[in-house]
Amino acid sequence: MAELKRTGLYDLHVELGARMVPFAGYEMPVQYPPGVMKEHLHCRAAAGLFDVGHMGQVILRPKSGDVNDAAAALEKLVPVSVLGLKEGRQRYGLFTNAAGGILDDLMIANRGDHLFLVVNAACKADDIAHMRAHLSDICEIEEVAGRGLLALQGPAAEAVLGALVPATAAMKFMDVAVLQSDFGELWVSRSGYTGEDGFEISVADSRAVAFARGLLAHDAVEPIGLGARDSLRLEAGLCLYGNDIDTTTSPVEAALGWAIQKVRRAGGARAGGFPGADRILRELEEGTGRLRVGLRPDGRAPMRAGTQLFASESAQQPIGTVTSGAYGPSIEGPMSMGYVATGQAASGTVIFGEVRGKRLPATVTDLPFRPSSYKR
Amino acid sequence: MKFTEEHEWLRVEGDLVVVGITEHAAEQLGDVVFVELPEPDTTVSKDDEIVVIESVKAASDILAPVDGEIVEVNEALTDNPGLVNEDPQGDAWFFKMKLEDMASLDDFMDEAEYKDFIA
Repeated sequence: MAELKRTGLYDLHVELGARMVPFAGYEMPVQYPPGVMKEHLHCRAAAGLFDVGHMGQVILRPKSGDVNDAAAALEKLVPVSVLGLKEGRQRYGLFTNAAGGILDDLMIANRGDHLFLVVNAACKADDIAHMRAHLSDICEIEEVAGRGLLALQGPAAEAVLGALVPATAAMKFMDVAVLQSDFGELWVSRSGYTGEDGFEISVADSRAVAFARGLLAHDAVEPIGLGARDSLRLEAGLCLYGNDIDTTTSPVEAALGWAIQKVRRAGGARAGGFPGADRILRELEEGTGRLRVGLRPDGRAPMRAGTQLFASESAQQPIGTVTSGAYGPSIEGPMSMGYVATGQAASGTVIFGEVRGKRLPATVTDLPFRPSSYKR
Repeated sequence: MKFTEEHEWLRVEGDLVVVGITEHAAEQLGDVVFVELPEPDTTVSKDDEIVVIESVKAASDILAPVDGEIVEVNEALTDNPGLVNEDPQGDAWFFKMKLEDMASLDDFMDEAEYKDFIA
C-alpha cells in the first residue's frame, strides 16, 4: 500500500489531540477531543475550521491568454455553463463520462485570466489525467503545489475571517478573490460544504500553520474533523462523491439537474457537447427511473449506507438503497440519503428500510434536512 | 466489578448481575445516538446479541456475557442514548440478569486485569 500523505497541518492536528485516520490517501483528522457531536454543533453555533488540504487545487491556464478559451474547452467535459461564469465567481460542476455517469464533482472559479478548480482528493489524479487528455491543446493544466486549503464554516466565520482579512466580509456566496494578507496571498471563496455561511481559503504551505493558529485564536473557532464534516454535509443535503454519486449515477438521477444551466440543455445555445450528453439531456426532458432523495427514519435508529429500501413491510423486491446515513445532531434525529424508484420519490412517501432484519418506516423528505444559511 | 473481553462490566447486586459497557468502550464508540434494549423476561444464552448500540460512527452489539434471564432493562437509555457517554459505568447500565449459575462470573477479569487487557 502506498505511503499515506500528510497535509502541512498534520503536526497541528496531532497537537490539538486529533484522532488521525487514512482518508483518500492522506492521514486526516476524523475527530478532535470534543467528538463528532460537539464539533458538529459548534460549527452550526459559532465557527469550525476544517483542513481540506487533501483536495486537489488545479489551474486551467488558457494558452491564448483568453479565459473564455479555457471555459469553452472545459465545457467539453462538464455539463455546466463555464462560459457564463463571470470573473470573480464560482459554481458547482460535474465531470461526466460517456455513459452519463459522474466521474467527480468539483468547484469551478473564473479568476480573470484562468480557471481555478477544486476537486475531490480521491479523484484528483484521474481528473488531472482526464483534463490533460482532453484539454491540453487549449490549456496548461497545473496541479497547484505548495498550498494548503482550509475551510472556515459557521455563523461566526464572517467576523473571524473579516478581522484578519477585512476584504472577505463584503464577499457573497460563491464569490472568489485573491487577497493579500499577513499570511501571504490567500485564494478565498465564500463557499463550503456544511450548509453554513463560510469560506474556503487556499494558503501557501509555509504560512498555513500560522494562518490556522490565527483563526483558532478566536474563541468562536474550534477545529472540526472529518466525522462532523460528514454529518454537516449530510444535514445540508450535499452529496459525498463515492457514496451518493459515482460513475453508476447520472446527474439527473442524483437530483443535480439544477447544476446544468439552460444554455447546456436541449434547445440551449451550447446544448450538449459533454460526455454522456445524449443520456443526460434525455433524462432532463423525460425523467429517470430512480432519484436521489432524503429520508427521515421514523424512530431513532440510523439507516446507514447500504440499507435496502422497500415500498412496504412485505414487499419482496427492494426499490432502492441508502447511500449515506447518520445521526443529525442539529435535526436531533437520524437522516439518510439514497436512491428510490421514481414512483416512491415524492416528498411525504413512507417507505421501509431493512435494519438488522426488521423493516422500519422512513419518510421521503425534501433536501436539505436543515435550511442552509448561505450569504447570497 | 468484573469485566469481559467484549468491554462489558458486570456488577453483582443481590442475586442479580447488572451489565453495562466500560468507559474505554464508550470512548471508542464515540457519541451514542441509539440504543435498542431486549424485552424483560427474556431467556438468553451466552454470546446472544441482545443490545444494539449505534454511535455517530457505527453500529455495534452487546452480547449476553453469560446464560440467564433478563429481568430489567434501563429504559432511560432509549430516550437518552447520550447517557452511555456521560456515565458508562454508573447510570448507563443496560440490563439486569438473573444468572443460571453465579459461579459463571468467576472466569471474568477483575479491574486490574481489565486495565492490562486494554493497555
